[in-house]
Amino acid sequence: MTDLHCDIAILGAGPAGLAAALGAADSGRQVTILDDNPVPGGQIWRDGPGARLPEAARQLRAAVAGHPNIRVLSGARLIGRPQPRALLFERAHDCGLLHWQRLILCCGARELQLPFPGWTLPGVTGAGGLQALLKQGLSVTDERIVIAGSGPLLLAVAASVRQAGGQVVAIIEQTPLRSALRFAAGLWRWPEKARQLPELADHHWRPASQVSAALGDDRLTAVRIRHGGRERELACDRLATGYGLIPNIEPGLLFGCPLAGTAIAVDDYQQTGIPDIFAAGECTGVGGSELALAEGAIAGYAAAGDVARARTGFARRERWQGFARAAEGAFALQPQLGEICTPESLLCRCEDVTTGAVAGAPDWRCAKMAQRCGMGACQGRTCGAAARWLWGWPLPTPQEPLSPARIDTLAHRPPPANSE
Amino acid sequence: MTQTINLTIDGVAITVVEGTSVAAALARSPLPAARLSVSGQLRPPFCGMGVCQECRITIDGKRRLACQTPCRAGMRVERDAKFRSDQHD
Repeated sequence: MTDLHCDIAILGAGPAGLAAALGAADSGRQVTILDDNPVPGGQIWRDGPGARLPEAARQLRAAVAGHPNIRVLSGARLIGRPQPRALLFERAHDCGLLHWQRLILCCGARELQLPFPGWTLPGVTGAGGLQALLKQGLSVTDERIVIAGSGPLLLAVAASVRQAGGQVVAIIEQTPLRSALRFAAGLWRWPEKARQLPELADHHWRPASQVSAALGDDRLTAVRIRHGGRERELACDRLATGYGLIPNIEPGLLFGCPLAGTAIAVDDYQQTGIPDIFAAGECTGVGGSELALAEGAIAGYAAAGDVARARTGFARRERWQGFARAAEGAFALQPQLGEICTPESLLCRCEDVTTGAVAGAPDWRCAKMAQRCGMGACQGRTCGAAARWLWGWPLPTPQEPLSPARIDTLAHRPPPANSE
Repeated sequence: MTQTINLTIDGVAITVVEGTSVAAALARSPLPAARLSVSGQLRPPFCGMGVCQECRITIDGKRRLACQTPCRAGMRVERDAKFRSDQHD
């Protein structure tokens, strides 16, 4: 059992977490970052034999690694909150407590997945999941790959597939052409993004379309695609799906942070509704790495008490908030997407519960009681988000342990210190 | 320049480039799945980012997520015994 102390603890080492760490450390605070991935960078800057990190990412990582005030605990998963100002974490070979004075939540986002027939077949992954696997050494040379769902991420995944030697046979985008064109036409306001368009443009991109089934016995062999009321089948070796991103709010809920819509609520200084707890990046609303960097820096300075320097980031944050709003509007999910989710589609991948088995339940609690839906290893992270989109059920309330944990980690959980 | 390392998946030796995750290495084994579901269906790594827990697998005797574990030389990766007996007879 490791017992660690710091002024400011940061959960997550993506762009927001790294920027927050540098801000707080430059203001003289001792910072510890807790991150469950093997190396810092988050999803967008995930490193590996198939990754090509942008120069800015390499510089930020190097600055954090070389900073005397910053300690990074990689491969460390948040398990619980045994005391008001302590985190219990687990690593592959040990566990520990991290005591903090101030906390910054930079927990990122995950992909929204909507269930459809065949989405559990080998060969089907998340869109961001495929990109992560490619960066981590997955080989797709000469494979035929369909990418489906919504948003600019699909184009980035297609670019990664081509770069890895795979063949993109279709990009199935649910949003109508008009919405996507309006978004592209507005990109002049963010030239950094407009410049990426030519390299991302792909003639296999199909708007106003949906993948309605993944076909195959022991592994994917084809997908069924809907467009304008017509269906057709397309042979392929892989399918990668993602219907946009949803904030990871579970750690925020564990600390009692109030929400704004589906994200953790923050004020101008990225302070949550709970004293001494801040939040930045996608867990406060999905907006991309540029917005996450701006918010992270503000949160880092603000948590260190350096209000003047925190304010210097306000204009940059506002600019990228505009981009986030434009993207959100353009790629809003169309109601007819609900039709791909048939009663036979598995909803809960952990407990093999079909959509039909719980669709009539009045709320999440009833679904769990009757069917064990959401009670498996992922604790409703995947099916809970789908059920919220399909039926408006609230996300399941997170319980400790926040992730599956070893008995020895739980046994080290200290008794609560003078609870009120 | 790229270093390779050797590990085993269910006792079968496999060579990967250093830095490859166990999830990516699984795709090179004859059955690209990490586990069997509660009703016996093959399940592969899915989210790639430590959320869905589909890629949980035994690595050097400990239950870990394949997508968040880099391959190391000599590592032993093992699927459930149930998985192996179902797939190899």
